[in-house]
Amino acid sequence: MIKSNLFVGIMQLLGGMGHRMIARVWRLGAGARLFFLTITYSGESFRRFHLTLREIYFTGVMSLLIIVVSAFFVGMVLALQGYNTLQKYGSSEAIGVLVALSLVRELGPVVTALLFAGRAGTAITAEIGLMKTTEQLSAMEMMAVNPIARVVAPRFWAGVISMPILAALFSMVGVLGGYLVAVPLIGVDDGAFWSQMQANVDVRVDIINGVIKSVVFGVACTMIALFEGFDAPPTAEGVSHATTRTVVISSLTVLGLDFVLTSFMLVV
Amino acid sequence: MASNIVEINNLSFGFKGRLLHQGINMTFPRGKVVAIMGGSGSGKTTLLRLIGGQLRPSKGEVRVDGKVVHEQDRDGIYQLRRTMGMLFQHGALFTDLSVFDNVAFPMRELTDLPESMIRDLVLMKLNAVGLRGAHQLMPTELSGGMARRVALARAVALDPNIIMYDEPFAGLDPISMGVICALIRSLNDALGATSIIVSHDVKETFLIADYVYFVANGEVAAEGTPHDLMQSTLPFVHQFVHGEKDGPVPFHYPATNYQSELLNQRFN
Repeated sequence: MIKSNLFVGIMQLLGGMGHRMIARVWRLGAGARLFFLTITYSGESFRRFHLTLREIYFTGVMSLLIIVVSAFFVGMVLALQGYNTLQKYGSSEAIGVLVALSLVRELGPVVTALLFAGRAGTAITAEIGLMKTTEQLSAMEMMAVNPIARVVAPRFWAGVISMPILAALFSMVGVLGGYLVAVPLIGVDDGAFWSQMQANVDVRVDIINGVIKSVVFGVACTMIALFEGFDAPPTAEGVSHATTRTVVISSLTVLGLDFVLTSFMLVV
Repeated sequence: MASNIVEINNLSFGFKGRLLHQGINMTFPRGKVVAIMGGSGSGKTTLLRLIGGQLRPSKGEVRVDGKVVHEQDRDGIYQLRRTMGMLFQHGALFTDLSVFDNVAFPMRELTDLPESMIRDLVLMKLNAVGLRGAHQLMPTELSGGMARRVALARAVALDPNIIMYDEPFAGLDPISMGVICALIRSLNDALGATSIIVSHDVKETFLIADYVYFVANGEVAAEGTPHDLMQSTLPFVHQFVHGEKDGPVPFHYPATNYQSELLNQRFN
């Protein structure tokens, strides 16, 4: 009797795992399908660029405050921590390089993507989820207007365009924050701060790679947000769960992709 | 030109293993107001979605203007939908657009009309539903009845041949209900369109419908003019039309024996 109960329990556990795995694979396939459809129906986003511009305002411009303020503090903390370590080795003048490389290569794209997922990604998911719940997407379909071309694609390209610009701004403001702590506050030489940075930050290796990362993160974060909204069950609870999933999946994807991209970039 | 603009022939539709409709036959003559009635969950809205090509029948066919809907490709379905207008249960207005822009939406998306002409057409449509003065308001500033009227103006924006109404009277106060009722009939006659109303509000529907289908248990349980159905002795129709609590549609959801369930609870 105990043996048979144990067997049934194990079978149920395996069955449950199988169901969850199938559901995950199904969602992955549905997400990939939405991505390809978005690319296919992207023509309208460029023909009627005002639709994309409007979304750039909501996702990019409206994210500026959180990006700029965060970048400023991240840069200042980097300078403080960097100086604390570098001075032990007598190379406190290298603080400018440390701040710039940390920001341009890693923190700029990654932190921007994480903040973007929290600020713009959740907004995109909630908006599309609610459009689905209130039958706005169905209404569009019934009017012979393709919701992927009209709603999804402009938001996708807005995210992809906004992310590298936001990441560049993040790095720029971060460097400024680092400068304010390192030079006026700590007393590192002004010339050394900038000249070392200029000598050691490479456009191709550092800046272009950072831009590539932010474009990839832009595609990933925006697509995850769009898919979660599009796939959300049309209930208040469904939209709430979808919004949470957007932040969790985007954050993990960004960190995972960062490792993969960094590995490739260091090898190449 | 065929006399019936929409024909449903031997239609069956199932969802998640449950057969919702089986062998349904309906015809919708040009210029008439035809109602589909039945209890909640009887699949009335699903029939509208099948006519609009948002769902695919398991068996049988839906013909719109002689064309089998589910045999059309995406472009074909969109061509058919351009001849249809649909009023959703809660209006499904685009919440980020004003009343004016909501009504202008199908014109801007589907036609190349100049903005000056769109302005005149939108004001004409809004005037027809009595809301020209509210054209600058946002959907959140409208009452339920007003939102439904704006959605009606949007549904007839491109002078469709078929206008579908999904529960147009649900949740409205008596005045709004009377207004919507009169509008459905007058717009249908003015545009020379065919109206398909899905509703369970007997009084209002019988007032404006030329012909009525009753759907129950996945089949057409009865059909006829409102006058015929008021006189019907069929138990289901009698119960529905006169709003009787018990009858073929039982008051109680199927359950185990009441007494034994209470006793079991006590002993457990």
